[in-house]
Amino acid sequence: MSVFDVQGLGVAYGSFTAVKDISLEIPRNKVTALIGPSGCGKSTVLRCLNRMNDLMDATVSGKIIYNGEDIYGPEVDAAEVRRRIGMVFQRPNPFPKSIYENVAFGPRLNGFKGDLDQLVEESLRSVALWDEVKDKLDDPGTALSGGQQQRLCIARAIAVQPDVLLMDEPCSALDPIATLKIEDLIRQLESSYSIVIVTHNMQQAARVSEMTAFFSVDIDDEHGMRTGALVEYDTTEKIFNNPGNTRTEDYISGRFG
Amino acid sequence: MSTTDTTDTTAKTTETGHRSLLVKQGNAGARAVKNRFATGVLTAAMAIAVVPLLLIIWEVTRRGIGAIHWDFFTTDEPSYRQEGGYRAGFVGTAYVMGGAILMSVPLGLATAIYVVEYGRETRAGRRLSDLIRFFTDVMTGIPSIFVGLFVYGFLVSSTGGLGQGFNAFAGSVAIAIIMLPIVARSSEEMLKLVPDEWRNASYALGASKSRTVLTTVLPAAAPGLATGSMLAVARGAGETAPLIMTILGSQYLVSSYFEGAQGAVPLQIYRGARQQFEAGIERAWGGALSLFLLVLILVVLARWLGSKANKLK
Ligand SMILES: Nc1ncnc2c1ncn2[C@@H]1O[C@H](COP(=O)(O)OP(=O)(O)O)[C@@H](O)[C@H]1O
Ligand SMILES: [Mg+2]
Repeated sequence: MSVFDVQGLGVAYGSFTAVKDISLEIPRNKVTALIGPSGCGKSTVLRCLNRMNDLMDATVSGKIIYNGEDIYGPEVDAAEVRRRIGMVFQRPNPFPKSIYENVAFGPRLNGFKGDLDQLVEESLRSVALWDEVKDKLDDPGTALSGGQQQRLCIARAIAVQPDVLLMDEPCSALDPIATLKIEDLIRQLESSYSIVIVTHNMQQAARVSEMTAFFSVDIDDEHGMRTGALVEYDTTEKIFNNPGNTRTEDYISGRFG
Repeated sequence: MSTTDTTDTTAKTTETGHRSLLVKQGNAGARAVKNRFATGVLTAAMAIAVVPLLLIIWEVTRRGIGAIHWDFFTTDEPSYRQEGGYRAGFVGTAYVMGGAILMSVPLGLATAIYVVEYGRETRAGRRLSDLIRFFTDVMTGIPSIFVGLFVYGFLVSSTGGLGQGFNAFAGSVAIAIIMLPIVARSSEEMLKLVPDEWRNASYALGASKSRTVLTTVLPAAAPGLATGSMLAVARGAGETAPLIMTILGSQYLVSSYFEGAQGAVPLQIYRGARQQFEAGIERAWGGALSLFLLVLILVVLARWLGSKANKLK
């Protein structure tokens, strides 16, 4: 049973069609990677999955069925969608508040009634940050290292107990060691969350994901249009070892920029 | 690496046979001279600009310091010449400024929040924001006597206005109109400094727009917003012309906010400076020094808060 069923998704920014005809099913409690050259619309597609695109003047067509409901349905509140479907950004973006307040922000916002201290601790433990910060919960989140900040942001997303985690190149601003830690974390979180991760790092996709979607840019020379499209979607194993499309193969083997 | 045809034929070489760093190439020598000249001219200009400022500070302090003692703030200006102080002015200025702050800060902040957080969403909103920005810019440049005249005609005068007579509230309205564009404009710049990343983080956790503004944007911008408001207060506290037309002035304490002519420090300075005896003139300098110190404190406080705001990131 899939968590997302994306049907014929298209996104336009003004008159510019960024992606079109995207259809894919994203499995529950697995890691799905979106890969492809930059500008092919990976972030655009990812932002549709929790309606972050609503904030950017994007026109979305097609359907995104999440647990049987269209998240773009007329009655659906985008804020509720985002409560269920958390997001981690490319650049770590902790609030200029204490570590504790960063994690507590979401639960407070959503009227969490239980033991907030415990929830903060659990969230920080599940990103393997608790031991590093337990004695300085009042320090600003922005004072942590880049890798720690990103784990804090993941903890912040987890604290609202979402169903899905979307990550847009979560390691691109991090050093290799911090990157490995985040990758380990992603593998651990997989049992509790469905995860969709955008990455331009193919080794990373191969290391963390079950399923991989390869996007590319269709260039229409006649009209000078560049539109992102889904080229191939399959198990990561298949995409990396035995791709069904020559464009995928070229990209995987590095023959494509 | 030696394709240079240096204009300097007496090129010095180092022990290793390389061209010395002491040899200036091309027009570098001429540029160095020009640079020294420009530095000299600018330093002189700056010194000339600073002289009047220092003279003002020196003169205000020298002539006003004698008037400043406890009684100056706690007693009214006497009908006989000696002693007495500007209590009526200080209380009146506090009244007028208190009302002006209550009116201009929330309104200015709301305007800035609209322009930065809401106005960017739709085409109509962007139009309106541009218009608001245009009017705040124009308002910043309006001579304050116009504002006084406007409030006089609207609230104070009984010919064509509401006929409430001179009162502190009318003064507050006039000063608020002067402060409003300053608050709105500075707040706008401060809100723009808050990175979108924080807004996105908040939205991604399920926060609505208003919650994001209240719990993420405003706290992050708070020191900067306070700075802007303080500079506006510093500006408003010294305004004189609009007060002549709205509160008129009084050297005796007036406790009513909505009724009766009210005192203010700038107005007492105006009165005192024209008096023909030493004590009155000294009081005027004392009032000027007090206002100067108030503005100084506000500016220093604003700078301190501003530096905290910059450290946010
Ligand atoms: N907010 C936006 N407004 C206008 N165009 C955008 C916006 N975001 C992305 N685009 C354009 O859409 C295309 C896809 O961008 P993006 O989804 O960021 O690609 P990727 O993440 O694969 O690098 C690019 O051509 C980009 O310039
Ligand atoms: Mg991207």
